[in-house]
Amino acid sequence: MNISLILQMAADTGPERTGLVCDGRRWTYGDLMHAARGAAAHMADNGCSYVALLDESSEAAPIALFGAALAGIPYVPLNYRLANEDLAGLLARIAPACIIGDTERAARLAPEGGHVYLTREGFVAAAEAAASDASDEESEGEGIAAQIFTSGTTAAPKAALLRHSNLLGYILGTVEFCSAGEEDAQLVCVPPYHIAGISALMSSIYAMRRIVMLPAFDPDDWLRLATEEKVTNAFLVPTMLSRIVDRLDSGARADLSALKAIAYGGGRMPLELIQRALELFPDTNFTNAYGLTETSSTIALLGPDDHRMAQTSDDPAVRARLASVGRPLPTVELEIRDEEGRSLPAGERGEIYVRGEQVSGEYRERSALDPDGWFPTRDAGWLDDEGYLFLAGRADDVIVRGGENISPGEIEDVLMSHPAIADAAAVGIPSEEWGEAVGIAVVIKPDEATPDEEELRALIRERLRSSRVPEQIRLLPELPYNEMGKLLRREIRAAFQG
Amino acid sequence: MKPGTKLKSAVCDTEVMVIRGTDGVVECGGAPMVEEKTTEGGSVDAAFSSGTQMGKRYVDEAGTVELLCVKPGQGSLSLGGLALTIKEAKSLPSSD
Repeated sequence: MNISLILQMAADTGPERTGLVCDGRRWTYGDLMHAARGAAAHMADNGCSYVALLDESSEAAPIALFGAALAGIPYVPLNYRLANEDLAGLLARIAPACIIGDTERAARLAPEGGHVYLTREGFVAAAEAAASDASDEESEGEGIAAQIFTSGTTAAPKAALLRHSNLLGYILGTVEFCSAGEEDAQLVCVPPYHIAGISALMSSIYAMRRIVMLPAFDPDDWLRLATEEKVTNAFLVPTMLSRIVDRLDSGARADLSALKAIAYGGGRMPLELIQRALELFPDTNFTNAYGLTETSSTIALLGPDDHRMAQTSDDPAVRARLASVGRPLPTVELEIRDEEGRSLPAGERGEIYVRGEQVSGEYRERSALDPDGWFPTRDAGWLDDEGYLFLAGRADDVIVRGGENISPGEIEDVLMSHPAIADAAAVGIPSEEWGEAVGIAVVIKPDEATPDEEELRALIRERLRSSRVPEQIRLLPELPYNEMGKLLRREIRAAFQG
Repeated sequence: MKPGTKLKSAVCDTEVMVIRGTDGVVECGGAPMVEEKTTEGGSVDAAFSSGTQMGKRYVDEAGTVELLCVKPGQGSLSLGGLALTIKEAKSLPSSD
């Protein structure tokens, strides 16, 4: 199996149909396939073990992804926002690689290791030049289509491996080939190093939905491009949606009449934000997608009907579903388990386990799958009676105080109910007496007086219980989030040390 | 047949990729499918001539075999003489 099949089928079916629009240039499926074949020939010639992309989104992303697949070499999109030291560490782990994008920075950070450096333009030109003599064959290599370094919100980045069989399993199981109309267009603005950036390319090409690429997210650019290209579908992370809603609420002009569907995921969606978006886009279908790098993207989704039902229902259980990530895909098995690995009934919180073709659960160093093929996601959650999944933070974020498990979310929810608090996080801090104790970091709203520490402790004691009362409280100007809207808890824990 | 194996019709343009394999013989247009097309020969059996559709997945009733059509043709697919049918998948909203 080879994911290049996705592009090959689109190119066979609609060689002259526009598949990608980027920086004003339009690429047909035939152009993209041609360039991917040339890229594969070029990569095979330079003897690299990995194909890395250190760049914003551009046509180089699909050409490198499918070119690497044809050449049987893992594709490794790298996070260009990483600090030099972290990026240098990752570059050393993939030597020798063909590195596309910021050649100056890559060469400075990784002068050794036998890397080959190509600028975006240089890579695309080399691919197109090599295309006419390129082979029609594809190489399987070790079967790995992509290697993605996890964002490392709790620990050092892990090298997650996604096999051709995982990614194809996901696409074939969730997307109907050529199901998009000629007018359909998907605005892709997630960074290429995120799993959602890869799945967006594959899903859109397999559906033959034209990709409109926004190299770096900006709400005004997004609105302009959506208007100009009559975009019908988009995927956003909550922070992006929030910035678009803010621009529209403050009077930005855009014609989004073609926009049929918005999917979102990648981080926690604030309830007020999704409610506002549902009002602002009354005719748009909203889909909440939950997935992980290790599961080739989406494993559960809350569909458009669920959103509208939750928005208008009088039933509190149905309304609450707006905060859920929906139901597991039909192609995925999902269970909630306790610490001993026993399956838990509806309503009980535990760790989310998944199994299915798209689930890799494999890292360069080891596989995390259990003997029966189940992947422990390390995400905590619970299912309601109808099978809707609710997330409850990372299992690793649980604070263990004197043997008692405390979910940061329950403390954070109480803190957020305080009128002066804009944002809050609870983390485990070392405690001689308890092993771990609760530390809280809070952000105060601009025009509010800072509540004193005793008031916050009393609030938690009253609403929860004494074991949840924080030992230490820190006031921060803002909480650290990564660009996908994920809270960086290890940085908050670090704020309590020293 | 290993998943990922590509099979070609001996009598028309159809090509499929095996998603789920079986030891049984997969036919297209009434003739066994092959990995390498050698000689042009034979024609589509009228009983297996309803054609294949690009991108559709074909299954037998027992679910032992699943094939993805990656190139359409005039013949239709069968397993041991029994016609395969298109797998109807629940359509999902795009989540990417």
